Amino acid sequence: MDLHITGAEATDAEREAVDRLLGAPATGWQGAARDIGRDGRTAVGGRLVSGDRDQLLPAFHAVQDAIGWISHGALNYICTRLSVPPAEAWGVVTFYHLLATEPRPAAVAHVCDDIACRLNGADQLCRDLESRLAHAVHRSPCLGQCDKGSAALITRAGSDPERFVLAPATVDQISTVLASPKLADNRRASEGGPSVGAGAGARIARRIMVADPTSLASYRQHGGYVALTKAIGLGPAAVIAEVSAAKLLGRGGAAFPTGRKWDAVARESARPHYVVCNADESEPGTFKDRVLMEQDPFAVIEAMTICGMATGSERGFIYIRGEYPESEAAIGEAMKQARAAGLLGSRVAGSNHAFDIEIRRGGGAYICGEETALFNSIEGKRGEPRSKPPFPAQHGLFGKPTAVNNVETLVNVLDILIEGGAQWARTGTAGSTGTRLFCLSGHVAKPGVYEIECGQTLRHAIDLAAGIPGGRALQAVLLGGAAGTFVGPDALEMPLSFEGARAANATLGSGVVMVFDETADLMDTLARIAQFFRDESCGQCVPCRVGTVRQAELLSRRGGSLDPPTVLLAELGQAMRDASICGLGQTAASAIESAFANVPALKGRAS
Amino acid sequence: MRPDEISFRLPPPAAAIPARPPEPVPTMVPLTIDGRAVEMPAGSTLLDACKTLDITVPTLCYLETLTPVNACRVCVVEVEGARVLAPACSRQVESGMVVKTRSPRVDLSRKVVLELLGSSVDLSTAPGLAEMMVEYGARPERFQESLGSASSVSSVAQPVKIDNDLYVRDYGKCVLCYKCVEACGTDAQHTFAIAVAGRGFHAHISTELDVPLPDSACVYCGNCIAVCPTGALMATPEFELRQAGAWRPETQAVTDTICPYCGVGCTLTVHVQDQQIVKVTSPFDNDVTRGNLCVKGRFGFEYVNK
Repeated sequence: MDLHITGAEATDAEREAVDRLLGAPATGWQGAARDIGRDGRTAVGGRLVSGDRDQLLPAFHAVQDAIGWISHGALNYICTRLSVPPAEAWGVVTFYHLLATEPRPAAVAHVCDDIACRLNGADQLCRDLESRLAHAVHRSPCLGQCDKGSAALITRAGSDPERFVLAPATVDQISTVLASPKLADNRRASEGGPSVGAGAGARIARRIMVADPTSLASYRQHGGYVALTKAIGLGPAAVIAEVSAAKLLGRGGAAFPTGRKWDAVARESARPHYVVCNADESEPGTFKDRVLMEQDPFAVIEAMTICGMATGSERGFIYIRGEYPESEAAIGEAMKQARAAGLLGSRVAGSNHAFDIEIRRGGGAYICGEETALFNSIEGKRGEPRSKPPFPAQHGLFGKPTAVNNVETLVNVLDILIEGGAQWARTGTAGSTGTRLFCLSGHVAKPGVYEIECGQTLRHAIDLAAGIPGGRALQAVLLGGAAGTFVGPDALEMPLSFEGARAANATLGSGVVMVFDETADLMDTLARIAQFFRDESCGQCVPCRVGTVRQAELLSRRGGSLDPPTVLLAELGQAMRDASICGLGQTAASAIESAFANVPALKGRAS
Repeated sequence: MRPDEISFRLPPPAAAIPARPPEPVPTMVPLTIDGRAVEMPAGSTLLDACKTLDITVPTLCYLETLTPVNACRVCVVEVEGARVLAPACSRQVESGMVVKTRSPRVDLSRKVVLELLGSSVDLSTAPGLAEMMVEYGARPERFQESLGSASSVSSVAQPVKIDNDLYVRDYGKCVLCYKCVEACGTDAQHTFAIAVAGRGFHAHISTELDVPLPDSACVYCGNCIAVCPTGALMATPEFELRQAGAWRPETQAVTDTICPYCGVGCTLTVHVQDQQIVKVTSPFDNDVTRGNLCVKGRFGFEYVNK
């Protein structure tokens, strides 16, 4: 294949940004000045010889950070460097919300107007900002700051680019920050860090707000790297046996047994194997993985290293959503220290195991939290989910056996190894072992991340967050996020365990517990959830691509004042659930249907 | 290869031509479809199995010559024990599978998928779609009835793109089956002039920055037109005749011949209406072309008409 590059050429600044990431081009075929002596006899390029396609998204980020948008010239240069057809690269760059393909101000604010922040007036905040700042403001799906009440991701492009989150955020703050040359100077110190509660029995959360997240020494003082030492002593098979004995289930939402996943990867004969940490935490209402990464980054790295050792993988990727710059920085710094201490690299902690990690930044796409879409995103393709089977354990990243785990799931492995799987499994219930981090938000007095032993009741979780303020009555609770289920006040005694949720026809998903009191306008929330799926569908399959649009249209019909057309919504939901390729379409109707089924105020409206 | 390695050497005289190695015997996989038992070679799809049993499964984004993308979801079938329906075009057979190709769940999904397409895309030139709508009782107008007005039902309607002499692109008729992208890419042409861009309902087929085709990598092989299931991609003569209301396929003579241009020998299917060549295609089951042609074979017939 000849690359067919036409039109604009990259500016010097755009080239520099790309070259900083990829190094200077080696030949004229890759974008250097043409030298007939060097380039005249040997051609370098073509789709099949390009092994760097996975640098496509990082290259776009590099230009976005430096210039503020990706021009035709920049696209052409990146395509030349990586031997990617421009049409395909265009397909990739237009897939991600955070990448701009038209000029825009260097400093922009992505302001959350999703379900939790809406309860705090995010819609009005966005409207005020839009009238004051116009093009510098973009509405954003959930930014994972639901305990703060409002949030904005601020980015400033330039030679020294800035990316940070302002939470809580007001109109005045955002305006001031965007108007100043050095944005971070005006960044108010975060108000007391994350809200984390666990009580005496803290396990996964025990280092949060206790150990210094920027120091390997502090991590070691608080029990860090004990698990890795033990794992190296045990060997891969015994590590997997412990994880299996612990009956650990995935904490990302799908609740797949982690031991079985690792075992399947370890047994595959195809090489190499990969470890992927899914830190694309984008489920509205979820922020536990962010807190873990920011406050206990070494734990994430140690756990990935153990997973790598157990599954025979030498390379790991941690895919962090683009809206989490603080997590990316914390993990990056921790990786640097771990590498310097020999805890990552060719001989991990002096053993014969090699393992290292690369950070990949997401581009603003909820769908990339779906594991196969995440693989495609890393590989430099559009973040479209793949058909399963084949499953990641057989055919994952770069088509190789891959162990892909959520952040919280991985961190659990440390205690499993320290305590022993069987001992660890004594916490929680028989079907749901261990503890879980629940993300309490909405109408509770103390929103935050709470570590709760599996099997405790929903009421207990809400009580930990100090209940509903102002003595108002509970209307509904959204469990598991936009892809989850609404339950009514009658479900307060429901045990927070996989089997307890299943018995109540609900799901715990990624650990979202979003509380709505009697004053909440649930029809507004449902319409926003429908819009969320409409905006975040990848567009690959018909039931989801068009179905989520129709669902949003039906729910926002005439301001939601009339009852929704029940038969049509039900059939639409059924078809999306049955015929969509991936979990996004399959759960796009779940919260909405459960609200009409379970919330007393809505029950009559669509039965 | 070094020059001293280049030599011509006659093969040693053989006593007899060695026998052809035996064909590998495929592992057969037993399964049940609609209550009927069938054995299929491992690696076959459910759609292959249905064809063996003469069971009709509707498809839209599937084509024998392309890698299945299972994006349209009209071919879904019910696999016993599975949480969701499976796309017959790409799901491989497994031993002991029990499959239903018609069930209330299957029929509902097919109906809703057809309604979603019918309410958002102009399907007027898509062969077979109207019959499919009838079979599954699809009523795309249901959305407009519930939403009150046609304007509140989003669609992909847009002006036709006419930017070259050879074919037009009417993306208001595009169901985003990915076939043209595959034909332009690794499944046939390896030109990569088009890809899917945007996301969700805004996903669409596009060149880079949506530049006109003459500025893109397009080589006008027209293999995308050949695989388009809805008439969104159409050669200019057909498009102009349709615009004039003069496209009459029932009057056309269809003749297979061999392309006169080069030595490859592609089979051309020439469609003639009123003594004029109006379209050239190639059979998908042809060993030489597998339905693909180049710009000359597909479009280079004007000299005959003049």
